[in-house]
Amino acid sequence: MAIGFRASGWSFRIGGAVAAISLLSACATDGKANGPKSASASKDPAPGMGKGYAHDPFPSTYKAYPGTPTLLTNVTVFDGEGGSLTGGSVLFADGKIVAVGQNIAAPAGATVIDGTGKVVTPGIIDIHSHLGDYPSPGVQANSDGNEATGPVTADVWAEHSVWPQDPGFSRALVNGGVTTLQILPGSANLMGGRSVVIKNVYARTEQGMKFPGAPYGLKMACGENPKRVYGSKGRQPSTRMGNIAVDRQTWAKAAEYKRKWDKFETDGGDAPTRDIAMDTLRGVLSGEILVQNHCYRADEMAIVLDMAKEFGYHVGAFHHAVEAYKIGDLLKANGTCAAVWADWWGFKMESYDAISENLALLQNAGACAMIHSDDENGIQRLNQEVAKALAAGRRAGIQISDATAWEWLTINPAKALGIADKTGSLKPGKMADVVLWNGNPFSVYARPEKVWIDGAMLYDANNPKLRPVSDFELGQPGAGDTK
Amino acid sequence: MKRLLLLGVAPLALALTSTPAAAQSVAIVNAKLVIGDGSAPIDGGTVVVRDGKVVAAGRGVAVPANVETIDAGGRYVTPGIVAGFTRMGIIEVDGVEQTNDSSGGKSPFHAAIDIAPAVNPKTSSIPLNRAEGITRAIVAPDNDGSIFAGMGAVIDLGADRDAVTKPRAFQFMEYGEAGARAAGGSRPAAIAQFRNALAQVRDYSRNPGGYSDVGKEALLTRADAEALVPVVAGRMPLLVHVERASDILVLIDLKREFPALKIVLVGAAEGWTVAREIAAAGIPVIASALTDLPASFEQLSSTQSNVGRMKAAGVTVGIGMINDNEARQARLEKQYAGNLVALTKVPGATGLTWDAAFAAITSVTADAVGMGGEIGSLRPGRRGDVVIWSNDPLELDAAAMSVYIDGVKQPLTTRQELLRNRYMQPQEGALPKAYER
Repeated sequence: MAIGFRASGWSFRIGGAVAAISLLSACATDGKANGPKSASASKDPAPGMGKGYAHDPFPSTYKAYPGTPTLLTNVTVFDGEGGSLTGGSVLFADGKIVAVGQNIAAPAGATVIDGTGKVVTPGIIDIHSHLGDYPSPGVQANSDGNEATGPVTADVWAEHSVWPQDPGFSRALVNGGVTTLQILPGSANLMGGRSVVIKNVYARTEQGMKFPGAPYGLKMACGENPKRVYGSKGRQPSTRMGNIAVDRQTWAKAAEYKRKWDKFETDGGDAPTRDIAMDTLRGVLSGEILVQNHCYRADEMAIVLDMAKEFGYHVGAFHHAVEAYKIGDLLKANGTCAAVWADWWGFKMESYDAISENLALLQNAGACAMIHSDDENGIQRLNQEVAKALAAGRRAGIQISDATAWEWLTINPAKALGIADKTGSLKPGKMADVVLWNGNPFSVYARPEKVWIDGAMLYDANNPKLRPVSDFELGQPGAGDTK
Repeated sequence: MKRLLLLGVAPLALALTSTPAAAQSVAIVNAKLVIGDGSAPIDGGTVVVRDGKVVAAGRGVAVPANVETIDAGGRYVTPGIVAGFTRMGIIEVDGVEQTNDSSGGKSPFHAAIDIAPAVNPKTSSIPLNRAEGITRAIVAPDNDGSIFAGMGAVIDLGADRDAVTKPRAFQFMEYGEAGARAAGGSRPAAIAQFRNALAQVRDYSRNPGGYSDVGKEALLTRADAEALVPVVAGRMPLLVHVERASDILVLIDLKREFPALKIVLVGAAEGWTVAREIAAAGIPVIASALTDLPASFEQLSSTQSNVGRMKAAGVTVGIGMINDNEARQARLEKQYAGNLVALTKVPGATGLTWDAAFAAITSVTADAVGMGGEIGSLRPGRRGDVVIWSNDPLELDAAAMSVYIDGVKQPLTTRQELLRNRYMQPQEGALPKAYER
C-alpha cells in the first residue's frame, strides 16, 4: 500500500519492537520492603511537600546562544497578544525583548535592520508535534512515539524518545518560523505519557533543547485510537465507555497514590511505593503537570471535562478538537483551550464534522483557541493554516483582526503550555523569540527571512551558513540546500 | 486583498444557494483572465462558453447574442483546477474500510482493476473541493500485491450523476520502495515483474484466445494482460510513482528500451538531481509540491525547489497529492502552487512564476494524462470549466465565487457549511440543534 499514515492524529504509528514491560515493578523502590522496620516509635522525618522524590531528574541544559542587540525598524508588528503596529520598531538585547514601539532609538552597538515591507512576529509555538519521536526518515527503527503496549503508559516520557537530529526541526525553523514546540507521545493510549516542551535549537542531547522551566504535560487520548488498538487485542478498552472506565479507574488509583505521598511528604513515616506512572498522574492532580488531551468529538470532550472535575484536575487543552466549535461555550466556562487544524477532515469518523471555521467560532465564543500541526509538513506552514481559518471565519461574517488571529499561533499555545510568562508575545522582558517575515505571513507568498531564538539569530535566508543541517543530513545528497 | 474578500460575501452567498442551471452557455466579461497554459493573466478579458465548450477567451472577444453574460468585475477568472493525482470519489472516510475502494486487497487482479465504477459523485470530498474551484481530478487506484495498481480515471466534480470524464485513462504503477515491497521485497524483483508482464502482454497480444489463464497462480492473469495491452502499445499513459534519483534513471532506461511506453513520473522527490535526463527523455512529471524532508531513504535530497528546478531544466511538471490526503484535500494544490511562487523570493531556492504555478495545477496535469486537448485551460475547444474567484486563487483567503463545469453553473453548498451555520451559536435554541437546518 502506498498510503502512509504519517500523522498521529488520524491514525498513529506504532513501533515494531515490543520491549519487555515488567521491569518497572521489578525495579521500583519498595520503601516498606526495603526500608528499616519501624521497631522504634520515631517516624522518618517528613521530606516536605513535593520533595519525596526528584521531580526534575532530566533537567534542561539549554543555553541561549549569544546575540547582538538588534533593532528592527519600519516593520509591521503583530505582538502576539492582539496588538499591532505599522511602521514600528522592535528592540531586543541580551536574549530578551526590550521594547516595541513606533520610534525606538538604536542603542550604541545595536544591529539595525530596516524591515520596510516586512512583518515581525513572535516565534510560532506548535503545541502538538512529534518531531524527534517520529523523526525523518520515518523508518521503523526511528519510530518511538507510541508505547502501544498498554492503554495506560503514563510512565513513559516523550523526551526519552526525542532524537535531536531529526531534520524536521530545521524545516520547522526555516520555513515555519517555529521557535518552541511541545513533543507529545502518540495517541494509541488513553494516557500516553509525558510530553516535553523544547526550544527549536539543535543540540547534541534532547536536554540541550529542553525549554527551561516549562511544565510537563500528560498526553491523554479519547475516542477511536485507544479503543481500536486495545479492542483489536481483545482487551479493554474496546469502546468509548471502556475508554472512560479505564481512565476513571486509573484516576482513582492516582488519587490514592497522591494521598499517600502527600501524607508522607507532610508527616513523614514509611515512604510509599514509588510508581513512575503514578508520579505523573499525581503531578496532574497537584496542578504541576498540564493535561494535553487528544479528543475530536464534542460529546467526548464534555465527558472528559466532568471526569476532570470528578478527580480534581484541569484539562489544559483538547488537541485535534475538530468539534470544539460545537461547545465553545462549554470550553470557555471550563477554561480549557482547543488546539485544532485549519482544514483537515474526514480521514476517520471522528474527524468527519471538521469545519474550517472552527478557530473563528471558538474565538467568537470567547474560548481559548489555537492552531497546531501534528505533522512534520504542516508545522512548516502554521501561519498559512491560520490564514485559511481566518478567511473562512471572515466569510462567515466573524470579524477577527490579523493581530488577534496571531494569538492562535503564539500567546494561546504559550498559555496552554504554561509558558506565557516567558514567550509567546513581544512584551519587554520575554524571550526574544522573533521572526522577521519577508512579507505578510498571512499571505501564501511570505516566508521567514530571519529567526531569532532568545535573541540569537539562528536562521537568515540571506546567509547559507545559517541553514541548520542535522547530523543525519550531513554528507547526504542535498545537505545544506534550501529546503 | 482581505477587504476585497469581505465585499465578496454577498455574491458568494447567492452562489451558495443557487441550483445547477441547465444552460451550458455563458460569457464572462471584464475578467482578469487566466488561460491556464502558463501565459500571463489578461486584464479586461472575456471567456465565452457555448454548449459546454470554450469557444473563445481573451481580450476583445465578442459576446454572442442570447448568451447569459456575467461581469466579473475585474476578478480572476480561470480554468477550474485539475487535481494532479488524487483518490477523490473512491474514498469517503479512509478509516472506514467499507467506504474505501482505493485498492483491491486480496483480489487476484491488479492491472485489470478499473477504478471508474467505484467513483461516487456523492462522496463528500467532491462538493467540498468543487466549492473551492477544483473541477477535474486524476483519480488513481492504490496498489496491493503487485506493482500494478490498475487503471485510473479522470473525473469531473460536477453536481450530477455522471462523474467519470474518461475511464481507463492511465495505468498506475508503484516503483521504488512501495513497488519493491509489492513485488516481493526488492527493486530488482519489481523490475523482473515489470519485464515479465511486458513479455506476457506480448504473448497475449499475439494470440489472445490462446492465452492460458491459470487464475491466482498466474504471474499475469488474462484480464491483467489485456489491461496492459494499450500501455505496451503506448495508447495509455503509465503513471509510475517513484522518488529516488537512481530509480528515476532506471525508468528512463526502460523508456529507452520500450520507447512506446508513455511513462509519467509521479512524486519524483529527487527529480531535480536528474532533471536534465528527465527532460531529455521527454517524460512528464506529476510531483509533490512541497516535499522537503528525507521522509525515507528514497527522498534524501527532497527540497521545495524540486518543481522549480525541474521546470527550469525543461521538464514538464505539474502538481499532485501523492500520499498526501489524496482522498479529499486536492483543494490544497492551490496553496502548494502559491508556495512555489513564494520560493522565488527565497535566496538559493527555485520556484515558479505565478503563471507557471497556475499552469502546474491546470493544463500541465491535464497534459500529463493526455487530456490537455479537453480540459485544463480556456483555449478554444476545451470543456467549459471556469471559476470566478474573489481574488488571487493561489492566495490563502481566496474563495471560488462561481464554478462552471461543462458550462453548467454549479451549486457550492457543502455539508461543512451546513454544520457551520448550525453552530454559529453553539447553544441550543427553542429546539435541539437537530431541528436547525
